[in-house]
Amino acid sequence: MRNWLAVAALPLLLLPAAAEAGKSTVTLAMALEPPGLDPTTGAAAAIAQITLYNVYEGLTRVNQDATVSPMLAESWTVSDDGKTYTFKLKQGVTFHDGTDFDAGDVKFTYERNAAEDSKNKRKKYFTNMASITAPDAHTVVVALKEPRPTFLFNMGESTSVIVNEEAAATNATKPVGTGPFKFVKWTKGDKVVLARDPGYRDVGAIKLEGLTFRFINDQAAQIAAVMAGDIDLIPYSRAAESIDVIKANERLQVTIGTTEGETILSTNNKHPALSKLKVRQAIAHAIDRAEIIEGAMFGAGTPIGSHFAPHNPDYVDLTGRYPHDPAKAKALLAEAGHGSGLELSLKLPPTGYARDGGQIVAQQLERVGIKVKIANVEWPIWLKEVYKQKNYDLSIVSHVEPMDIGIYARKNYYFQYDNADFNAIMAKADATTDPATRSKHLKQAQHKLAEDAVNGYLFQLAKITVKDKGLQGVWRNSPMFVNDMRSVSWK
Amino acid sequence: MWRHRAFMVGTGLSGLMAGAALLSLFWTPHSPTQIVVRARFKPPSWEHWLGTDQFGRDILSMLMAGAQTSILVGLIAVSLGLGLGVALGLLAAARRGWIEEAVMRLNDLTFAFPVVLLAILITAGWGPGISNAILALAIINVPIFARLSRGAALTIWAREFVLAARAAGKGPVRITAEHVLPNIANVIVVQATISFAIAILAEAALSYLGVGSQPPDPSWGRMLAESQNHLFRSPVLALWPGMAIVLSVLGLNLMGDGLRDLLDPRLGRRGRA
Repeated sequence: MRNWLAVAALPLLLLPAAAEAGKSTVTLAMALEPPGLDPTTGAAAAIAQITLYNVYEGLTRVNQDATVSPMLAESWTVSDDGKTYTFKLKQGVTFHDGTDFDAGDVKFTYERNAAEDSKNKRKKYFTNMASITAPDAHTVVVALKEPRPTFLFNMGESTSVIVNEEAAATNATKPVGTGPFKFVKWTKGDKVVLARDPGYRDVGAIKLEGLTFRFINDQAAQIAAVMAGDIDLIPYSRAAESIDVIKANERLQVTIGTTEGETILSTNNKHPALSKLKVRQAIAHAIDRAEIIEGAMFGAGTPIGSHFAPHNPDYVDLTGRYPHDPAKAKALLAEAGHGSGLELSLKLPPTGYARDGGQIVAQQLERVGIKVKIANVEWPIWLKEVYKQKNYDLSIVSHVEPMDIGIYARKNYYFQYDNADFNAIMAKADATTDPATRSKHLKQAQHKLAEDAVNGYLFQLAKITVKDKGLQGVWRNSPMFVNDMRSVSWK
Repeated sequence: MWRHRAFMVGTGLSGLMAGAALLSLFWTPHSPTQIVVRARFKPPSWEHWLGTDQFGRDILSMLMAGAQTSILVGLIAVSLGLGLGVALGLLAAARRGWIEEAVMRLNDLTFAFPVVLLAILITAGWGPGISNAILALAIINVPIFARLSRGAALTIWAREFVLAARAAGKGPVRITAEHVLPNIANVIVVQATISFAIAILAEAALSYLGVGSQPPDPSWGRMLAESQNHLFRSPVLALWPGMAIVLSVLGLNLMGDGLRDLLDPRLGRRGRA
């Protein structure tokens, strides 16, 4: 009887495995649905996560280790003053609508991005271009007003992808690019489907036939979906608490890499108490990064002491500048005239690291005598009250843009730092073309921020990737928000 | 007899909740807000009777302190709603005419919104927080009590002894205070118990959605919301606050039903016959 049952159950067990073997598409889970699908006009990170390098391509591409390789440009040369870039373009490239790609498309795209009414998130990359000329159909010469050491990296970002004039107006709903995958359909509230473009210039190298990006906001629901086999890949999972559960699953694999997300205790430097260096130093001493990383991220995250990604070659480890020392923090608060107590608000956006980390940070601050009033807010309210109106004392947020230490030099940014010395350091770093000199200034800038304890520097957000073991070629690290699927395949 | 047993069970459950809340004012096994990261996800033990949550906080202590929040919200919201609602209802019944019309149409307007939706609307405008949640729940309770007390008061106003009182020269204020209010008190008490249960449920819902009680103040609704991310690792985390909500709401409802039977002489006679 028992044997008979086992035989009857056999086909049931074999079926899913058999279906798996022939798999040639990948279903990815995304937390947020993008508002559109054109990264040159929309700012949402979700746009790039679907389209960058899959649908659209730039002149250059950024690799997993943040190095830059050719993409639509075959090669390039840079003038000695760092102001003129000459790109040689690839030949035989077509857009998904059949039109040919040439120098005119580059000129059109960059000029459109720089235009008065441009909605490009990185408009300044393009307004810094003095001229864009096309000596022939496959050569583009870009002359910059000011040299930019990060120019080639910037041209590989989502905001710099090349679009054609014919489709530019409708790209937000029906994207047309030069990438290996073309747009099939977008079911609002559910998914975006892409399929391999048979006309792609290097179609033989693309193993996957199709991609489906499914929108599942709840992190526990994402994990449930991947365990049920509905999802093959969660490229940016926030479910640090489920790492152990995933590891115990035979079919699934979890990798922990790095991102550009500096998670900080954002501080309003114009607040009467927080404008005092000693109060900010006290907060820095009160923070116990190890407890926050363990408590909020289940150990996934690297402690940071300034606003810089640890995987960057110019990174300086400054976590020791203000070590965890509650007694010292209390003393500094007393010196600053807040020995009898200080009350601060802490506005937390709806992410796990902020909501969980916030409760731990609040307790750490209360240990040294700072009373913290937590308010959980949704993103639109956070953007309005914290980011735009600067009506906050403290907040916790991850700054995910690559190489974004320059935000501290921005006028009226929400930290309200406005420090002339720091601005001078950044100006020098941006003006030089010599990598060694730039590196020196970037290190100075990190020291300056750590010294001034502008914000509470907590940890570098980890990229937690949950995937089917059979998938290979998925990025482990994330120098920027992208799901580069061209080199992904099933075993 | 069965009805009385339900009343006893209801009173027992409600008493347990009130007792836990009262006790938590003076003593909890551990601090309900103390985070001890290395002691998280501990199973039930002698030290932590119900185990610890994702931050290493003692769950029993959190439930006890959460009962405090629930009772506080229910008590204040229902008292405010009852005070204002009954006053409006009595006014409408005593004065009739355009005042009654205005009061009742205003009530209809509030009734048109589902409870939680209106509460979210209010907290969205004034910001999240326990005081705004209380205010929202109070506002919702006003029309419930106004409509109930007006209806009950109208039947009293039509009774002979009220006519006699009027003939004797008593004014509407005295009649309301001496004759109407005492005769509708039982209906109001029953409604108050049921509204209290609804308020606890609504507070849990609002805290679950993040617009009610803010951390670190313990709240059953937020415990439930936070446990959601840990369902795979520790499903029992969702069970405790869920049970607390179910049992206290059930208890209050049973108590309300029992009270209605006990306080209403007509129902009681029919029931016993």
